[in-house]
Amino acid sequence: MYTETQILKETSTSLLNGEGELVINVGPQHPATHGVLHLVITLNGETIKKIEPHLGYIHRSIEKMCESLTYRQFIYVTSRMDYLSAHINNHACAMAVEKAMQIEVPQRAQYIRVILDELTRIASHELWWGALAMDVGAFTPFFYAFRERETITDIMEETCGARLTMNYMVPGGVMADIHPNFQQRVKDFIKLFKKNVDEYDDLVTGNVIFQNRLKNVGYLSPEDAISYGCSGPVARGSGVKSDIRKIAPYDIYNQVQFDEVLETAGDSFARYLVRVKEMRQSISIIEQLIDNIPEGEFQAKTKAVLKPPKGEFYTRVETARGELGVYIVSEGGTTPYRIKFRSPGFSNLSALDHISRGSKIGDLMATMGTLDLVIPDIDR
Amino acid sequence: MQSLTNRAKQVERKPMTFIEKLYLWNILKGMFITFSHIFKKRPTVNYPEKTRPFSPVFRGLHVLNRDEEGRERCTACGLCALACPAEAITMEAAERKIGEENLYREEKYAARYEINMLRCIFCGLCEEACPKDAVYLSETPAPSNFTRESFIYKKEDLLIPDPKTETEELKKAKGLN
Ligand code: SF4
Ligand code: SF4
Repeated sequence: MYTETQILKETSTSLLNGEGELVINVGPQHPATHGVLHLVITLNGETIKKIEPHLGYIHRSIEKMCESLTYRQFIYVTSRMDYLSAHINNHACAMAVEKAMQIEVPQRAQYIRVILDELTRIASHELWWGALAMDVGAFTPFFYAFRERETITDIMEETCGARLTMNYMVPGGVMADIHPNFQQRVKDFIKLFKKNVDEYDDLVTGNVIFQNRLKNVGYLSPEDAISYGCSGPVARGSGVKSDIRKIAPYDIYNQVQFDEVLETAGDSFARYLVRVKEMRQSISIIEQLIDNIPEGEFQAKTKAVLKPPKGEFYTRVETARGELGVYIVSEGGTTPYRIKFRSPGFSNLSALDHISRGSKIGDLMATMGTLDLVIPDIDR
Repeated sequence: MQSLTNRAKQVERKPMTFIEKLYLWNILKGMFITFSHIFKKRPTVNYPEKTRPFSPVFRGLHVLNRDEEGRERCTACGLCALACPAEAITMEAAERKIGEENLYREEKYAARYEINMLRCIFCGLCEEACPKDAVYLSETPAPSNFTRESFIYKKEDLLIPDPKTETEELKKAKGLN
């Protein structure tokens, strides 16, 4: 039996000699992890030797829950996965059901879906931007980010009926038609946002102190990004083309002009730049669509009870964090036999150990910030 | 210090100039941007003195509707409970007696109707499912409370005030007055 003092004495002498290890827990309740992520970090002095993410703290077994819900109902539960891009999650699930049932979605609904998707993406990146700046020690950007995000949530509330968990998708279209003010308000937002995003660049992107915190921190090589299955801005920051909107365009993404943002540096600053540039791309997508929403139905005629044929169906979309895949196995009944979500956050988190080994613990928050982890998405 | 795994790689970026190294210019620039916001329009609302109206489609607390004559519309068909993904709705049906025609519109009515607001995810599927336009989601967000029991809303809490006998309350509930 060791006494506490003995253990302390031995660990401290071995640490002084530079051979010991110190294991610390970050989370599950930690202000810098933005959620209930639990990391067990092995340190040598201040250098990180190993990071082990422990999952399960907010596991709600959403996949299992979906198996007992009908094809109309399960869509709304997925808003609670990646709550920052709830609308895009719903989109993926609605698309999977449409694929299974072979429902043709009206043009108008597709336009509305894509515009709202891009608004959601901007809102999500805004929150990430503010939170990252706060992680590395700047407080003001958080308020500026929320100011713009508030405009988006107002637009969402007016049209979808809720601010965060929109629940606006139904198989075959959207739940209701857009609010008459919708187009005007989105246009006002674009005008406002274009001005403000330049301010972001002045305040944060161009700031040398901020750059020094991110540059050369958390390098992820393209090979590693592929082998860890990273997607979204994390992979694109390493120069890996992974935008589902380009690779496998869904809805009307093949009709709009936009660039897939690629940065080759692979460090945290590259991932930062990808997201900031992506916000501008989203704005340009919305600009192309907002004036051309065609007239017509917003919802296809569907049966009251959806019964997809026996088979397996897979769809994928690009959420704000990367590739979200929905895999449905149907036995021909009213509820799915099995549902599996491939969430982007989980794969991006698994690269965290790899990219932060050997760096200092102070850099960990910057690395985690640029991975843009949303914990309910990782741990469903 | 040599990194443990040799995984870190120096990314080529242009070196900082002398002015940049001083940080002073950047600090001043940042200060200028934040300071200039003093003269801009305030985006916040002085809650609770001022409140922001919610949009008409906002999905808040449920309301059980009455028809023009003040009769309850709900016929306890159970479609809302079936459509609910959160299994938040329970009800008990009863048969209308003779002489109760002024209370209930249909021959069958809900003797007990409860919505558990802790389970509810405010998706609006119950509203969509209802064939009698009886249940709908109002613009009031769910209030906070101290006990779990108080979140189980009974029929009395959900019913909209009678347009004939409680005109004042109805006006208040609809936010007119
Ligand atoms: S809003 Fe949705 S979760 Fe709430 S009671 Fe209605 S159907 Fe159920
Ligand atoms: S509220 Fe509507 S759907 Fe629910 S039991 Fe009453 S009539 Fe049926």
